[in-house]
Amino acid sequence: MTEVPVLEAGEELAATPRRLVRPWRFIRRNPSLVAGGVILAIFAILALAAPWLPGDPLTMKPSNRLLPPGGAFPLGTDSLGRDVMARVIHGARVSLFVGFSVAIMSVAAGLAIGLVAGAVRPTDTPLMRLMDALMAIPAILLAIALISLTQASVTTVIIAITIPEIPRVVRLVRSVVLSVREQPYIEAAIAGGARMPKIILRHILPSTIPALIVQATYICASAILVEATLSFLGAGAPPEIPSWGNMIASSRLYLARAPWTIFCPGLALALVVLAVNLLGDGLRDRLDPRLARRM
Amino acid sequence: MIAYALRRLASLVVVMALVGICVFMLLHLAPGDPAAIIAGDNASPAQIAAIRKNLGLDDTIFVQFWRWATAVLSGDFGVSIFSNAPVGMLIMQRLEPTVSLTLATLLFAVPSALLLGVLSAWMVGTTIDRMAMAVSVLGFAAPTFVVGYVMIYVFAITLKWLPVQGYAPFANGIGDWARHLVLPALTLGLAYVALIARITRATMLDVLSEDYIRTAKAKGVETRSVLMKHALRNAGVPVVTVIGIGIALLIGGVVVTETVFNIPGIGRLVVDAISKRDYPIIQGVILVFSAVYVIINLLVDLSYTLIDPRIRY
Repeated sequence: MTEVPVLEAGEELAATPRRLVRPWRFIRRNPSLVAGGVILAIFAILALAAPWLPGDPLTMKPSNRLLPPGGAFPLGTDSLGRDVMARVIHGARVSLFVGFSVAIMSVAAGLAIGLVAGAVRPTDTPLMRLMDALMAIPAILLAIALISLTQASVTTVIIAITIPEIPRVVRLVRSVVLSVREQPYIEAAIAGGARMPKIILRHILPSTIPALIVQATYICASAILVEATLSFLGAGAPPEIPSWGNMIASSRLYLARAPWTIFCPGLALALVVLAVNLLGDGLRDRLDPRLARRM
Repeated sequence: MIAYALRRLASLVVVMALVGICVFMLLHLAPGDPAAIIAGDNASPAQIAAIRKNLGLDDTIFVQFWRWATAVLSGDFGVSIFSNAPVGMLIMQRLEPTVSLTLATLLFAVPSALLLGVLSAWMVGTTIDRMAMAVSVLGFAAPTFVVGYVMIYVFAITLKWLPVQGYAPFANGIGDWARHLVLPALTLGLAYVALIARITRATMLDVLSEDYIRTAKAKGVETRSVLMKHALRNAGVPVVTVIGIGIALLIGGVVVTETVFNIPGIGRLVVDAISKRDYPIIQGVILVFSAVYVIINLLVDLSYTLIDPRIRY
């Protein structure tokens, strides 16, 4: 689309300096991308700055038990007298770290397997049947099983969440590869004497990237939810690391007396997942219009 | 059709065999020693070695897999480390609450999701459509356990309409049984409703732009009949597919919902097993839930011919 001439755009637009028009137009056209990005950025900054912010997530003070929000503790205190605000901010560190790590690792592994399955015909059927089987195993239960056998640590949690996410990426990459493989420019590359690895990396891989970026955000959102669920069930991050899931689990008995101990981390969790999903929807609309129309 | 069903049944056996191999391999390659877990923290290396020998963990992985697979095929899922009770029996004891909760959820979630999806596709762009889609976006973002605590806080603690938690067996009276299932079913169903409503809306939007819908409207067919008979029937296949795939959401959600509402079902069995590191229970429940998921999706595939007579196998 061509630029709208300033003359036809009406008084309001003409009165605004040009460099301000562009960001406003971007926001108006991509509301979910911007909303998701802003919320996520706020949480990311808080998470990164957590060690330097006032408030201590670990100090227990029995005399401060279950204080309602207000005063020295903006979000109140929990059953052990710990600062809920500081714990919510520190909890963002675990959630975001797990979300990003799982997204990157599952996309990397899924991309490698998907490219092989799509490009090297004999490997297709066995790899895809294996992925079908992995997809049939309930993700949360598989993660619980892996974690209960090993030491509880953030690394174990990341690996346990990554494994069940891989098949989704593999299927996506494979479907893109299968449709790209029939394109004339691939035939041209083969005719030109390019070798298979080069064709995969130079000619097929780039077409998978837009869909992968979108998929990575959805995986990130789902990983944050699964991590919180695992922590809530007692199979996640060790209890000495504040995470939203284990905050809620340890406050379960105080729902009636101190609802803020459950609803503050719960709201933070829902907001972050919503933000990442919105970011994914926005990216999908911009990067992958074919998929956007289907949804 | 029968040939197709048999072929699909054969592929189901293959997938379940692969599920078994995946579960077995992942749990055996995980860097933890079941013998050390069983022996406890104060065990001497000699005790651990004795337990390893007893469990057959010193055999090669192939021998172990063969022993495990033949046992599972004959219905023996092993015994609980903690109580020594057979895992199969423990699962059967916990079956009723989980089946009740899942059925109650399906009963409310599928019709309301279809209604929501059809309505917002019909009124696309209106406030009703936007609100329905906003609810569905929130339904995806809100974690099941947070939704559960909000439900308990609002409807049980503040308004005192429904019991806070627990489960009342069906045998003790249908009224009490149902009252205890309302909040858990709403909690468990929210994400499922969101998923199905979105797909229903998207598919209905495609179908509603077809010529035969315009024809039906032009010849004076009632709106309700156009939507429910002409359109929804033709949108059936993708919608039913998602209803099947979404069972995965319900399986994960059952574990969480039963914990929040203190329902003594299969999900609680697993969660209680986590802290005791009772991995035979976890392994057994994974196999049972995976089988349920695979079988439901086979039934969904077979139902395509009923929904759409044009599909022939």
